[in-house]
Amino acid sequence: MTLVEARGVGRTVELPDGRPLTILSGVDLTVSEGDRVSIVGRSGSGKSTLLNLLGLLDAPTEGELAFLGHDVRRIRSGARDRLRGSEVGFVFQQFNLLPGRTALENVQTPLLYSGGREFWRRERIARDMLERVGLGERLTTKPERLSGGEQQRVAIARALVRKPRLILADEPTGALDLETGAEVMSLIEAVAAETGAALVTITHDATIAARSNRHFLLRGGRLETADAAGASSAVEADVAEAAA
Amino acid sequence: MMGWLARAATGIVSTIVEALEELRIHRGRVLLSLIGVAVAVCALTTVVGAGAIAEQAGRETSERFGGRPATVSMSVSTGSGMPDNETVAAAWQTTLDRHGIEYASRSGYGTLTVQFADGAVPVPVQVVDPDYGLMHRVRLAEGTWFTERDADRLAPAVIVNEAFWDRLGRPALSTHPTVEIVGSQPITGVITGVTPAQSEWDSEPTAFMLTDSFLPLQPVTPDPMMGAYMPSYEMWIPDGSADELLMSVDQAFEAELGEGATVDGWRSDYAAQEGDPFLPLKLMVIGVAVVILLLGALGLLTIALVTVRGRIREIGIRRSFGATAGRVFFSVLMETVVGTFVAGVVGVGVAIALVRSPLMGMALGGAEVQDMPGFPVEAALIGIGAAVAVGALAGLLPALGAVRVKVIDAIRF
Repeated sequence: MTLVEARGVGRTVELPDGRPLTILSGVDLTVSEGDRVSIVGRSGSGKSTLLNLLGLLDAPTEGELAFLGHDVRRIRSGARDRLRGSEVGFVFQQFNLLPGRTALENVQTPLLYSGGREFWRRERIARDMLERVGLGERLTTKPERLSGGEQQRVAIARALVRKPRLILADEPTGALDLETGAEVMSLIEAVAAETGAALVTITHDATIAARSNRHFLLRGGRLETADAAGASSAVEADVAEAAA
Repeated sequence: MMGWLARAATGIVSTIVEALEELRIHRGRVLLSLIGVAVAVCALTTVVGAGAIAEQAGRETSERFGGRPATVSMSVSTGSGMPDNETVAAAWQTTLDRHGIEYASRSGYGTLTVQFADGAVPVPVQVVDPDYGLMHRVRLAEGTWFTERDADRLAPAVIVNEAFWDRLGRPALSTHPTVEIVGSQPITGVITGVTPAQSEWDSEPTAFMLTDSFLPLQPVTPDPMMGAYMPSYEMWIPDGSADELLMSVDQAFEAELGEGATVDGWRSDYAAQEGDPFLPLKLMVIGVAVVILLLGALGLLTIALVTVRGRIREIGIRRSFGATAGRVFFSVLMETVVGTFVAGVVGVGVAIALVRSPLMGMALGGAEVQDMPGFPVEAALIGIGAAVAVGALAGLLPALGAVRVKVIDAIRF
């Protein structure tokens, strides 16, 4: 089933001096259930903007973007928020856990916005999810006292607790060491596989990108299809240029 | 329909749960910001509650002088001189009976010469009937007020003030202390009660005596210096129909007295005045309360605005997980409303304890209040209502600010 379909999507913002800045243009992308998509690109190439569009956090200024067959520009703001809450799970590079709340409370947060049984059974569901990501013993621990890997696992549990059909991971291993990053990716993929969710990963890491079965390269705001090797070399070229 | 209701109920409950969770997480900050509101609500409620006691004290003081609402006083005169007291008393009684008036009293002033240890002293005496005590809220420091049976005593009952009692050496009333009333026919009176001093200037002996006990002591020929005993005739009637009843009683009393008699009746209680005599006090109380509350609201608003600025990232995260703009608005609003509600309850609780404390009662003249009003429910409701209103107002701007947060920018904040 097609989850997201972008046709000629572009995003232009206005700079403080009034000039327009085109971040994305002519993006064509289809994401279906079960897809593993990686998007690589240099800093400022528009990766996060594309992720925001796919995750209904932003709307395109040109082209057509459909989510579950609905034109996102025609979905009212509240309905779009609810759709995002039930169908999209975000995993951020900096984890973005709510400070002062325990791991259990963090994972319960998305369930506060779901109606009916999920809300009333939120503690049970969140507990099960944390056990699923191996943090059954750290339920009442606050993020400040968790390691980077543990924090990202809490973030994954939170992103997946409502069983979204689309998981958007923005540099999910960017703040982790190589080994922990690989573990975290394995976990995301495993949980996504259980629910049949699509996983779209934005990364700078060639090994992370290589785990996907569809590869894209963002260059100057344009999305190009690439194979695993192409994506990998693009990342390496990016790293080399940054080092120079 | 049921599904919609269930969803709406879940939405409300989840918003409150979220607000309570936020309050718990930020309890330190919340506590600091709500102390101001709790103090303001406490002050507001205390002022309103204490105002009610002060008003009651003022009302009772007024009633001691002019009688309870509605008290009507009547004076009687005839063209050919003073009517005979017994004739007037009989006409008065007939008029009262005809109108079914339950509480009435004659009230006049006279003088008795009382023999103290250091000599005979002329003592001003207020001459009344038993109902006068209830009609004028007469308080007693010792003993009891007159009853109908006191009129039959051979030794007349006398209720004296503290200055009088002091001059006798404050004898215990259980020993039935007597006092010598000198004159052409010396007589012994029995002290049955003592009225408390009204003020520090209340230092000369005075007394109350029943009309039926006093009249036989009067000389046949009135004292040219003091004049004849001329009572006014008072009755306590329902406030609502006072004017009609006054007119009817006036005419009936005059008719009963016969040709040539004139009866002048007027309302002597404070409620007969135009407008609310306690309005200036009420307005002052409300003014002070509003200023206090505004100061509390200002403090809360400042903290709430600063807090929302510090929570932009958190709001962005919540939005990314499905919180709608409306949900964020109500959530932020509910935080202050729930918080101020709790602060309001605490403030009202402290206010009740304060207003009911003996110290406050004394400060407000509560010691003199016979019908001490309970803590006014409206004061408690005003306090909690004001707290919630302050929370809603102070939460409105931060809530609007929270809704305007751009999710993408907030997540990267």
